[in-house]
Amino acid sequence: MTSNGVLQVVVFFLLIVLAARPFGVYMARVFSGEFAFLRAMERFFYRVVGVDANQEQHWTQYAGSLLSFSFVSFLFTYLLQRLQGVLPLNPAGFGTEVMTPELAFNTAVSFVTNTNWQAYGGESTMSYLVQMAALTVQNFASAAAGLAVAIALTRGFARQQASSIGNFWVDLTRGVLYVLLPLSVVGALFFCSQGVIQNLSAYTQVTTVEGRTQVIAQGPVASQEAIKMLGTNGGGFFNANSSHPFENPTPLTNLVQMLMIFVIPAGLTYTFGRMTGDQRQGWAIFSAMAVLFLAGVFVVYGMEQAGNPELARLGVVGGNMEGKEVRFGIAATALFATITTAASCGAVNGMHDSLTPLGGLVPLFNMQTGEVIFGGVGAGLYGVLLFAVLAVFIAGLMVGRTPEYLGKKIEGKEVKMAMLAMIATAAAILLFTAAGSVVGTGTLNNAGPHGFAEILYAYTSAAANNGSAFAGIGVNTPWYNVTLGIAMLVGRFFIIIPMLAVAGSLAAKKKLPVTTGTLPTHGPLFVTLLVGTIVIVGALTFFPALSLSPIAEHFLLLEGRLF
Amino acid sequence: MWTQMMPALRMTLLLTVLTGLIYPGAVTALCQALFPAQANGSLIVRNGKVIGSALIGQNFAGEGYFHPRPSAAGADGYDAAASGGSNLGPTSRKLMERVKQAKVAEGIEGPVPADLLTASGSGLDPHISPESAELQIARVAKARGMSFQAVAALVRQYTEDRDLGFLGEARVNVLLLNLALDEVRQ
Repeated sequence: MTSNGVLQVVVFFLLIVLAARPFGVYMARVFSGEFAFLRAMERFFYRVVGVDANQEQHWTQYAGSLLSFSFVSFLFTYLLQRLQGVLPLNPAGFGTEVMTPELAFNTAVSFVTNTNWQAYGGESTMSYLVQMAALTVQNFASAAAGLAVAIALTRGFARQQASSIGNFWVDLTRGVLYVLLPLSVVGALFFCSQGVIQNLSAYTQVTTVEGRTQVIAQGPVASQEAIKMLGTNGGGFFNANSSHPFENPTPLTNLVQMLMIFVIPAGLTYTFGRMTGDQRQGWAIFSAMAVLFLAGVFVVYGMEQAGNPELARLGVVGGNMEGKEVRFGIAATALFATITTAASCGAVNGMHDSLTPLGGLVPLFNMQTGEVIFGGVGAGLYGVLLFAVLAVFIAGLMVGRTPEYLGKKIEGKEVKMAMLAMIATAAAILLFTAAGSVVGTGTLNNAGPHGFAEILYAYTSAAANNGSAFAGIGVNTPWYNVTLGIAMLVGRFFIIIPMLAVAGSLAAKKKLPVTTGTLPTHGPLFVTLLVGTIVIVGALTFFPALSLSPIAEHFLLLEGRLF
Repeated sequence: MWTQMMPALRMTLLLTVLTGLIYPGAVTALCQALFPAQANGSLIVRNGKVIGSALIGQNFAGEGYFHPRPSAAGADGYDAAASGGSNLGPTSRKLMERVKQAKVAEGIEGPVPADLLTASGSGLDPHISPESAELQIARVAKARGMSFQAVAALVRQYTEDRDLGFLGEARVNVLLLNLALDEVRQ
């Protein structure tokens, strides 16, 4: 590691610490309705949609609204893709021959669940209209839906003896209008000023200096790029995602992209503290995330800088640059890889498939622990609260008291819901990986343990709604398109629905006064307990699979075994 | 859930218009007005013809040009309509073979900076490291009949520092450097 590399990590982290509070305060005020500068626009939305903004919903209604919205969004996205051939803004003339039913299903599920997995190769399958009216829209919608769930769950902790947890349509509207849209406009303009393209022109054909023909893909990239990062979506306009110079042209845009991934999830920890009336609770969550994050970054950075011993034998010096861009270098790529899998973003500025074995282990583990290290927009907060429920439950078992969190008794129902969420996603990852290892090996790009890692990574990424990949594996097949789509649905809705149930159940409870017997959930003891729960649960569930892939590969590489 | 279908439909339509048409449309209009060169791909025109983009790498094989990194984009590399990396893992025999061949093709013995023998993530990396450029100065100078110092001076001129002094890495844009070399000859 170089001092300059470490400096980039430190500066990034400090900027996130500084941004958490202002963004957190802003979101707390937006979702409690204190801000009104877009009230006219809001009213227009409520009138068109046909909802009464003052009418709050029981958790079952809230979940029903979210499911209906996701279902309609899915149908829309599916149809737009299948009909792209007869719709306008399609200069490259893509039709249904590239957009097969199973690919359209996979992409529609993927964007509605905020996964943004790329079984498609943007510039070779999709019209500009699909990129804008299907993918960009779902980038906003799925992020705003995640944000709404996090806010609803926070209300569950904040309220007492209440029967409602807010109104989904109101939360969704506010998330888009006040948070995602304005920041995206600013971000898109900045990206374009740095070289990210934004046009509706046909692809440019050029004759290169040496007389070859090169076709340069064009499109409305900047507008999608901004929300792709901010909404922790991660589905790129181009196949190569944020490593493509038209998506991420400079180290400066790279820094801004990384900040955009983390700013809302980090801010939400502050929002949580503020809305529940105890800021220290928010910072405790933030600290637990920070510990796990920094540990991850330095493992990836260290491994990538140390490089591949087999390449070193061939005279290659200076770390592992396969799959990385020169302008970013090793430090900024390692940092990006950790951020994108800590949050459920899944954008990549280098190819994870070509990371060193242990460098690739960290992104895998980040996703398998549920992306709770800041996490996705909304998804990170409700994910970590799920672990917080488990942590206090385990602590309660150890001392023999009924666990409490933020003055709410954590009882059978909450723990059952948390366990349902955890087991459903773990099962989706492991069972599908097992099946894929039998029937899905025909399209692997690598052999040996790395080939298995490609399958494991795919299902992990899908169930964790991440979207990054060990991208050598060919996933545009009926088997992968359908099973990965199912894994994404499980990973999204088997967490959201149980967490909304927890929100409803907590909102109905009384707040208990703090006594000497209460486990404080804002100090280092709780932070340690929370970190321990996340790591141990993740390790117990996934260690066998991981030891067959990156860990085995690490030792084989040291022995010089190639596949 | 079913009673919510109509609001869901209306909300989806509304968001499609706002974030799927108005937002990208307005951003396109603003970008075309404020940053037309960038918005259209930072294209480079020579003698009235577009010969590439300053942000997108292209193939160079001639002895008199600086060579870019190996590329996995498209069948012949640097296909800017099919971006992507090799996705070869660290224990891939194919990767080792490819690196060996690239080293022979570049005619280099001894240690080589990592970027010159490895494929980038996008397959369109427009840059090489200053060290990789340095390794090629002697070959380029000889092929062009230029002095080593003259080529080295151009390389220095086209070396970009880290952004803000600490972000990313120092780099040399291969296309811009090669165009500058061609201009010297004329």
